[in-house]
Amino acid sequence: MSQSKPPEPAEPNASPAILDAVRVAPSPHLSDVLTTRRMMVDVIIALVPAIAVAVWIFRWYAVVQVGLCVLVCLATEAAFCLMRRKPTSVGDYSAVVTGLILGLSLPWSAPWYIAVIGSVAAIGLGKAVFGGLGCNLFNPAMVGRAFVMLSFARELGASAYVDAQSKLEILTQATPLSLAKQFAAQLAEGKVDAELVRAQLQSAESIWNLLAGWVNGSLGETSAVALLIGGLYLCCRRVAAWQIPVGIFAAVLLFAELGYWTNVTLLNSLHHMAAGSLLFGAFFIATDPVSSPLTGMGRFIFGLGIGLAVVVIRLFSGYPEGFMFAVLLMNATVPLINRWTIPRPFGGPLPQRG
Amino acid sequence: MSTIAERSRRKRATFARGVHPAEHKQLSAEAPVDVLPTPPEVRIALQQHLGAPCKAAVKAKAEVAIGDVVGEADAFVSAPVHASIDGTVVRPATTTLPNGRHVACIPIRAAETQTLAGRALWDDVYGGGWPQDGLDQYEAEAIAAAARSAGLVGMGGAAFPTHVKFAQNPEKPIDTLLVNGCECEPYLTADYRLMLEAPKAIVTGALLARRAVGASDVLIGIEDNKPQAVETLQQAAEGTDVRLEVFKTKYPQGGEKQLLWAALGREVPGGGLPLDVGVVVVNVATAAALARAVLRGKPMTHRIVSVSGAGVQQPKNLLVPIGVSYGELIDYCGGLRPDAARVVAGGPMMGFTLGNLDVPVTKGTSGITVLTQAEVQRRAETTCVRCGRCVDTCPMRLVPTRLALAARANNVGLARRYHAAACMECGCCAYVCPAGLPLVQLIRLAKVMVQ
Repeated sequence: MSQSKPPEPAEPNASPAILDAVRVAPSPHLSDVLTTRRMMVDVIIALVPAIAVAVWIFRWYAVVQVGLCVLVCLATEAAFCLMRRKPTSVGDYSAVVTGLILGLSLPWSAPWYIAVIGSVAAIGLGKAVFGGLGCNLFNPAMVGRAFVMLSFARELGASAYVDAQSKLEILTQATPLSLAKQFAAQLAEGKVDAELVRAQLQSAESIWNLLAGWVNGSLGETSAVALLIGGLYLCCRRVAAWQIPVGIFAAVLLFAELGYWTNVTLLNSLHHMAAGSLLFGAFFIATDPVSSPLTGMGRFIFGLGIGLAVVVIRLFSGYPEGFMFAVLLMNATVPLINRWTIPRPFGGPLPQRG
Repeated sequence: MSTIAERSRRKRATFARGVHPAEHKQLSAEAPVDVLPTPPEVRIALQQHLGAPCKAAVKAKAEVAIGDVVGEADAFVSAPVHASIDGTVVRPATTTLPNGRHVACIPIRAAETQTLAGRALWDDVYGGGWPQDGLDQYEAEAIAAAARSAGLVGMGGAAFPTHVKFAQNPEKPIDTLLVNGCECEPYLTADYRLMLEAPKAIVTGALLARRAVGASDVLIGIEDNKPQAVETLQQAAEGTDVRLEVFKTKYPQGGEKQLLWAALGREVPGGGLPLDVGVVVVNVATAAALARAVLRGKPMTHRIVSVSGAGVQQPKNLLVPIGVSYGELIDYCGGLRPDAARVVAGGPMMGFTLGNLDVPVTKGTSGITVLTQAEVQRRAETTCVRCGRCVDTCPMRLVPTRLALAARANNVGLARRYHAAACMECGCCAYVCPAGLPLVQLIRLAKVMVQ
């Protein structure tokens, strides 16, 4: 066994000066790099294909509409922060996202005041009065959209999309869904032959046109491919919860196909998926994290509910497209869904103490 | 006999959720264990385990040698403490533990000459032969008694008295002994170096522990970021029926509930222990210490501590006596770098921060991590946007954001409804939160609220 001397007693705790700068804090001491702002930037990136198609098809109308919405949303958010005497939250880019989504959900022909009023309603009624980001119950863009939809029914109704004198040929056609609805009404009155109508619909709105976006509609909803690209990007980045689009598509496929086979609708489920704002809504609107459930099972139920509501509104109501109302409806049920889907902890709940 | 080739073809077993922080193990993984020169003073805390504190067994000015009892444990859930150096007892004082508690301690001033130091100390603790045969001569009760008198506690951090784990309960028979070699926290490499340098001690300890609990199976669990350790353990286990299971590297794979699920597919009931599903889990270092206690009759006086992080000059793995101050260890590693911002006792995900390096090493101290300003820079706290990332990563399947809300709103009913007490404070939720919310801190408050 070897023997050795212990070292001379050294100064205790060398470099105490540095310890003054050391902060004491609770664990964990590491964090991942993702921030809320980065999530918003991801949504903006995912919207780029849809914006590009909108500008390509609708030209100047798209630029004005979307730009106006974004600017007014930012201004409204800044104004409300001022009124609430809080530091401005414009830097988290959530108002930009709201503006983009609202702008892309409006028709090309909506006058400038619709964009302005819609944006103010979206940020003011949809977000600020609830307490700002993270506190709102309803999707702010859809609150704004519903507000102007109900207030300016003529400017935002189905007929507003069609301008027979327009130089852009696309704008002279009716939107796919309103076309389908017109034909369905005529069929019900027995004015036309079912086979003839189906053949006309298939050619007028072939699935290729729907995929590429060569159809009339609101600014962002036209190209299925552009929306799919953006939507998949969001799901892969885990910014959009995948359970919501999956639930929506499952419900739409099921119920739209049911409607097709019972002749309530003239479009089969695939057409229903690609037409209208279903893809846009499923990936960008319904997946707004603040107004959707917290748990995986809850999100799936939320998606199923939206899908069912969309099909019901499309088939049975006076509106050709109903995504906005479907989302607002299910937003209202989110607190209940959250309560019903509290997950069972790993190993089961702890026994209650006496 | 383990078949690693076979296992690598199968998908690596794992548990659900969890996170993948950068491991940073390369800072100290290749540093062989260095024996710390005997410090001038050690402070043996009289409570460095879960359970009742020890009572001082020596008076001031008494001469003690390595291994002498300095704190006696009367209660069942308790463990004695021993002198870790030769020297003279100074008057009993109080000291602060890494978790902030003030406890009584026995300070010992080192004698001029030590009987064990340097390489001889290493050989005494972990070196020499560790037989794997002929262990049947030790009865279960004798092994548990040796564990108790050696003051063995869980060296993975929880510091639960080991002999209590070995206590046989006829209503809850044990069929498997699981040895935890995962070391899932970033930066820590203490268990890794032990597995490389003294694998036979671990295997012997595992076999003894199996006898002590009366199990039939013994399994060593390890993560796949330690392929060298897998090899050394496999070689050490040759000729025995100790199995080796390799898991996907993920945090917190080393948590015993997650380990049990990945290894055996069993879920520990809420509020329960692994013995409720017929398993006992011990850390690799505890297993090695058990071998030393039973075969050589030596108590727990030394342990391997890894000092790592970008904020320390030279990351090292050190064999240290219990009771040496953290400051000594950091000084031996060259001291702190200028950009050191936080000294953490343990790993960065669950460790305690220290404001004062005059804290003694305890039996549960596995490492010191010194983090730099860049690493601990916390983004400003913004509102929760209910993105659900915390829900998606929580290994206990809780809803951390709701628990945090309950804590802020002082709502006991809400906290109870979301099972606040099931949280194990692993830190996955706060790690991923994009809004920078202090989720673990708030959930700790919620846990207190529901008691």
